[in-house]
Amino acid sequence: MTVLVYAENWNGNFKKSTFEAVHYAAELANLMDAETVALTISAKDDPSQLGKYGAHKVKTIENPSLETFNNQAYADAIIAAAEESNADTIVISNTSNGKAIAPLVAAKRKAAFITNVIELPESLSPFTIKRKTFSSKAIARYQTESDKKVITITANAFEYSERGQSATAEAFDFQTTAPNQELTSVSIDRATGKIGLTEADLVVSAGRGMKGPENWGMIEELAEALGAATACSKPVSDIGWRPHSEHVGQTGIAINPQLYIAVGISGAIQHLAGVNASKNIVVINTDPDAPFFKAADYGIVGDAFEVLPKLISAIKTYKATI
Amino acid sequence: MKILVCISHVPDTTSKIVFKNDNTEFDAAGVTFVMNPYDEFGLTKAMHIKESMGGTITVVNVGLAATESTLRKALAIGADEAVRINTEPTDAAFVAGLLAEYAGEENFDLIITGRESIDYNGGAVPGILSAHLNIPFVNACIGLDINADQATLIREIDGGKETLQGKLPLLIAGQKGLVEEKDLRIPAMRGIMMARKKPLRVVEASEIHKQTTVLNYQLPDEKGACTIIDPDNVDQLVELLHSEAKVI
Repeated sequence: MTVLVYAENWNGNFKKSTFEAVHYAAELANLMDAETVALTISAKDDPSQLGKYGAHKVKTIENPSLETFNNQAYADAIIAAAEESNADTIVISNTSNGKAIAPLVAAKRKAAFITNVIELPESLSPFTIKRKTFSSKAIARYQTESDKKVITITANAFEYSERGQSATAEAFDFQTTAPNQELTSVSIDRATGKIGLTEADLVVSAGRGMKGPENWGMIEELAEALGAATACSKPVSDIGWRPHSEHVGQTGIAINPQLYIAVGISGAIQHLAGVNASKNIVVINTDPDAPFFKAADYGIVGDAFEVLPKLISAIKTYKATI
Repeated sequence: MKILVCISHVPDTTSKIVFKNDNTEFDAAGVTFVMNPYDEFGLTKAMHIKESMGGTITVVNVGLAATESTLRKALAIGADEAVRINTEPTDAAFVAGLLAEYAGEENFDLIITGRESIDYNGGAVPGILSAHLNIPFVNACIGLDINADQATLIREIDGGKETLQGKLPLLIAGQKGLVEEKDLRIPAMRGIMMARKKPLRVVEASEIHKQTTVLNYQLPDEKGACTIIDPDNVDQLVELLHSEAKVI
């Protein structure tokens, strides 16, 4: 038996969610007494390092026609690799590209498709596993009788650790069956050097309490001091103070970082839905009755314009000592 | 241009989520159901395309009779006809399979869904549907321009966006950005009157194999008490984040 994990890369580089997925696949394979095979497509990073996170073998695809991401072609490659390694279970990260590939793989494999998974299965037979649902307001226990499964895992839900071995990498000869490449990439526009919101460990977020986009300097300064990503509430992205891509909440991005700092956000139920899986929540708000305090671990009742400069300076002082 | 918009009927975003029957079933008592917010962007986008290029908009939903209010709303906004596939939508493979059976016979040029429904959040139906129909799938679509049978699409990627070129027919799973929130269409009185005369067809669901079953639900763990920190003592927060939360 084999668990196949698609080890995603961005511009050739593995990222945190890749290691989480490999680690998860290895833990799952361990439960199933199976082998873990990772698949890379056009990766520049050394594939053998995936062994450190639990992959026994790495299949690498180097094919000029797969240099740019194409969900259909990548799905076909994953299916071919699963067939070759006799893998009934396929693990894919719940990233933007993962979400574009995984349902295609599941459909073609006639596999049970379980997304947003947050834990290892409770039982293998019948296969029972938990996933987030109702916009993180609940957790559902799913069961499937199908031998074939495609599982996508939530970023930041699993801590990965290095296990210290390296894996053998072998080239996997995959030829695309051409006519499916009906979508072609024209351009990619991605902020470089910024921390991605979904996989950030620390997130600083702000809402209408900031009174205007001109005051976001303090939010960015706090984020920079912490090494955090920045986010915002829905009203703030709706009025155009911040880009839509920063909107966290029920109809925006759902996140679950180690630390979420919310400044000037009252904590509407829709906002909480997207962030309440954060392990630690700090709320800074002038209104002591703001509902967000009920969901917070730490709270400061105070004016952001007075609290933030002090907090930024305290963080900088702390960072200077370590 | 023949456009299909797949519509989910979901609990309003402000709903408190409660379960019944030993946590095996969502408790819909007192819950207001609405059109899935992601689908609203798709429907308005379909209206824009129809107005500039001509064509028809069909809305489809897999659900029991209670979901017809949402289909009627879509007709009032401007869809030409509605189809309800009559069954409880319990599994993504099941729903996508039923939609594929219906859409496979209709030859739509463009199929629009939301990127996920805000209840089950599987994000599974659009991709599976595209695979059944063997048409390209663009997820998290935030921009679409159509010129004859050529489409320029923008999809959201982690930390940015990608522009793609494709040819119809195709399937997009949309969200905010496809149109702006302020441009979302809402039913006007005339639309509501006209919607009463528009066709809403009920199709019986065929037997399609389900891949998953929900055993039961749990609510996330309750948070403990919030530690309130004096605004004049932010050093205490830094200390707690370091020594207690261990995040810095």
